[in-house]
Amino acid sequence: MLTREKLIEKALLLLALSAIGSLALITIFIFLEGLPIILKTGVSHFIFGAHWAPTKGHFGILAMILSSIYVTLGALIFGVPLALACAIILAEFAPASLTKILKPTIELLAGIPSVVYGFLGVVLLVPLIRSYLGGPGLSLLAAAMILGIMILPTVISISIDAMNAVPALYREGSIALGATQWQTVRKLVLPAARSGIITAIILGMGRAIGETMAVIMVAGNALSIPTSILDSVRTLTANIALELGYASGAHREALFATGIVLFIIIMILNSAATLIAGRK
Amino acid sequence: MQNKNPLPFLVWMLCGCLVLVSLACGRGDRQSQTLTIAGSTSVQPFAEKLAEVYMKQCPGLLINVQGGGSSAGIMAVQQGAAQIGASSRELHGEEKKLHEAVIAWDGIAVIVHPSCPLDNISLTTLRQIFAGEIKDWAALGLKPHGMHVITREEGSGTRTAFEELVMDRREISPTALVQDSNGAVREIVAHDPHAIGYISCGLVDQQVKALAIDGVLPTGANIKKNLYKLTRRFLFVTAQQPAGLAQEFCAFVLSPQGQILLEKEGLIGVH
Repeated sequence: MLTREKLIEKALLLLALSAIGSLALITIFIFLEGLPIILKTGVSHFIFGAHWAPTKGHFGILAMILSSIYVTLGALIFGVPLALACAIILAEFAPASLTKILKPTIELLAGIPSVVYGFLGVVLLVPLIRSYLGGPGLSLLAAAMILGIMILPTVISISIDAMNAVPALYREGSIALGATQWQTVRKLVLPAARSGIITAIILGMGRAIGETMAVIMVAGNALSIPTSILDSVRTLTANIALELGYASGAHREALFATGIVLFIIIMILNSAATLIAGRK
Repeated sequence: MQNKNPLPFLVWMLCGCLVLVSLACGRGDRQSQTLTIAGSTSVQPFAEKLAEVYMKQCPGLLINVQGGGSSAGIMAVQQGAAQIGASSRELHGEEKKLHEAVIAWDGIAVIVHPSCPLDNISLTTLRQIFAGEIKDWAALGLKPHGMHVITREEGSGTRTAFEELVMDRREISPTALVQDSNGAVREIVAHDPHAIGYISCGLVDQQVKALAIDGVLPTGANIKKNLYKLTRRFLFVTAQQPAGLAQEFCAFVLSPQGQILLEKEGLIGVH
């Protein structure tokens, strides 16, 4: 009986390792494919060069790194206030019956395919920006607004969990001292749930920076460094997805190298989230 | 509940995986009747259509149509990985040793919104627009408004041909919007009165207006007579004079049936 038990344990371990193994394989693969071109171009030229013309031998991705950062920050500016307001209402103020309906509804947002967000962006948002604010409509602003909505479910559900983890005893104490419910939330619950909320925001950032399809559809994908929120931008993910279909040789390697940069950025974000969540 | 044994389940799962793997390996022994066409993504949809019709006529024959771009297709022929290379650009240098057959002509149309009063544009002005020197419609004598220039992604056959035919070794401006298909470019131009872009002639419809270049409209007749400047040839490239399957397929493409098929899809036939 013991041997069979051991056998099952080993089999499960093997399966678990294969999941991690695929991560290792992906990592090794993109580094093998992408590193040579980074070293050949020079790390600083690759990262701080603003001229991207891969079929003519120019590999600089600064414009795309900046665009990715701007778009992500924009998404946070639109998404975080909405998400926090939503989380506070659902965790602290709304009656349980309402929460029971609203929370799954918000989580449904996460299940909508990104191409649908992109399509809505192109059909509804882009013409509005074009006619009321000017420019081609396909812009940093459009991408940031769409991503702001896309990160809502991530940020809301993790923030709610963080607030629910604050012991009810604290709240009762605060109310007993004469604080109003809003004062309790602002002075007690939010600070106590801070690390969880920051983790939620960082994971939302990861979601925004990694999004591809919706961004390709609404951002316009121009190669220059944006100077206004109405300028068209190309993010790192969009660059890979747009050009991989045709790329060969050094061009292909340069796209994998773009992937390495993206990989490192997302690793940093995720480690930061893990660190903050673990600290408490 | 604890005495349920998960082992049989695991065994079944493993068996399932093995069956899938063996199924995936089962193909590939029909090599003798396989024709591989690789190359330009502009030619690909047309080659696929032709292959589909031809395979129906010759049961048992398998035609593989792959993309990858003109250069990749030509290289595949040189190395023997494909029997036919599809190219939407001319052959250069070493490549000229290969055998080429023109299967069709295609024009690249410069398109604007139907409400745009512009009807004609010179090749030089077009180059200045895409190089980013002209940024405002006022320079063309229209109502002043920023120009929204739309191009295709780096590596696309249409973009490569446009660069060869229009740009004269200058780079397309980095501020130009980039879309990844003819359809997407047309979609934007159809809804933005200040946009200008280029797509394959076969895909122009009433949503957009095609401009005349130096006074010549991109009509089938003008393209055939080589009067329209933004014209490119679609080539089938083979290592030598085509033989066997490749020769039969080329003959089908150049036959009236094949040519009518291509014209129906929007290209200009060679006859």
